[in-house]
Amino acid sequence: MRLLTHNMLSSNIKGVSSGFPLRIEVEKVVEKQVEMNADFLRNMFPKIEWKAFAYAAKALGYSDLPEEADSSQLNSQDFLQKFHHALLELHLEEGVLICPETGRRFPVNRGIPNMLLHEDEV
Amino acid sequence: MEDSTKMDATHHAFNSTQAVGKQVFGKIPGRIAEIHLVSSHPEVYEPCDDSFALVDALLADRTNLLEHRPMLCMEVGCGSGYVITSLALMLGQEANGLYYLATDINPHAARVTTETLEVHGVHAEVISTDIALGLEKRLTGLVDVMVVNPPYVPTPECEVGGAGITSAWAGGENGRSVIDKILPVADSLLSENGWLYMVTVVSNNPSQICAQMWEKGFASRIAVQRSTEEESLHVIKFWRDLDRLAEAKAAAATTRTISSKIIESVLSQFPSSHFGAVTAMTIDDHFKGVYILILNACYGFFKIFLLHLIYLR
Repeated sequence: MRLLTHNMLSSNIKGVSSGFPLRIEVEKVVEKQVEMNADFLRNMFPKIEWKAFAYAAKALGYSDLPEEADSSQLNSQDFLQKFHHALLELHLEEGVLICPETGRRFPVNRGIPNMLLHEDEV
Repeated sequence: MEDSTKMDATHHAFNSTQAVGKQVFGKIPGRIAEIHLVSSHPEVYEPCDDSFALVDALLADRTNLLEHRPMLCMEVGCGSGYVITSLALMLGQEANGLYYLATDINPHAARVTTETLEVHGVHAEVISTDIALGLEKRLTGLVDVMVVNPPYVPTPECEVGGAGITSAWAGGENGRSVIDKILPVADSLLSENGWLYMVTVVSNNPSQICAQMWEKGFASRIAVQRSTEEESLHVIKFWRDLDRLAEAKAAAATTRTISSKIIESVLSQFPSSHFGAVTAMTIDDHFKGVYILILNACYGFFKIFLLHLIYLR
C-alpha cells in the first residue's frame, strides 16, 4: 500500500465521525522505484491532506518531508523528488492501520489493506 | 478460448482505430493481460465472457480514454485482476501520470489480482473492501475512470455478499442488489469528467439503470453488446453530461413529457423487445402529451368562438 492510498483511506465503522488519518503500525516497508511525473504530482498535491501524509511517511521511516507544504513549493525540484518518493515509492507491505477513534485494527498483508467490517460495525 | 479472445480484442482495437483514427497512438493496438499469466485460486472467479466483453469495450474506447487523460482509475470487484491489469497495460503507469485502485470483497481475489498485476509488470493499489468502504470520504470526486463487472446473476438474496467466489456472481433479485449499491458510490466517487464502464445482463433491466443514472446527470451508451448461449451482455459506458444534468433538472421542474423524451433517447439504443415495459410507459406519456395538446387547442377555439359571439352582439 502506497501513502497516496493511505491518504485516501479512513475508518468507516458505525459511529466514527472522521476516522482519518489511520494510524500506522509498521512490520515491513518496501521501496520500489518509479519514474516521476511532475504533472501528476502537481495535480495530486491539492487532494493530499499534508499532515496525515507527512505523519505516514515518518511512520514508514522517511522524515525528509516538511511538516507543512503549500503549492509554491511545487516549483522546487528537490521538493517534487521527496513528494514523489513518499507518495509513490514507499509501500507498507506488512503492518496494521488503526482507527484513530476506536482503535479498530485493519491488517495490511502483502501490501493489501483489509478494510472489511464485521456486520455489527456497519 | 484464449486465442479467440485475443483475436476478438485485436479486432475491436482495429475497428476502434479505424473509426477514430485521428491520433497516432490510437493506431497502435493496446496490450492487454495475457490469459495464461492471470493468477488463479479456487475461490476466485476466472476471466470469462463478461470480463472479455469489458476489456474489449475499454480497448475499443482506448483512444478516447487516452485523450481523456485520466489521473485516477478504479475497478470495483477486481476478481482475478484481468480487467485492471489490461487497463493499466493499455493506458500506462505512473510515468504517464496514472494511478490505479482496485477493490474486492473477497480477500483471495485481492491477492490474486496483485499476483496478476505483478506478473505483467504493472501496479495497482489493491484493497480488500466492500465496494469502496473506507474510501468513500476521501476519494469523493477524484475517480476519472471506473470499471465494474458486478455480480449480476439473479440469485436468492441470501447468497449476496458472501465471502468466497459466490460474491463474484450472486446479484440477488434481478441481479440488481449489488449494482444498486454500486451506482450511488460511482456517482459520488467519479470526478466531474468521470466515466463509468459497467457490465450488465438483460435481467438487470439495463434501460432502467440508464434512466436511473440519467437522473444523476449521466448520459450513457452501449459500448459492447454480446450474446452468449447463457446470457446477453451489455457493457454500458456512462459519463457525466453537464448539459443533460441541467436539462434533467429543468425537466423535473416543468413537465414529465420532456424527461420521458430524454429517457427515450437513452433507451432507443437498446433493442425494444428487451425493454418493452419501459418503452410502453414512455409512449403512453407521449399520448398523454398529445391529448393535452388537443384539449388545449379545443379550449382555444372555444374561447375565440365565445369572443366572436360577444363581439357580434
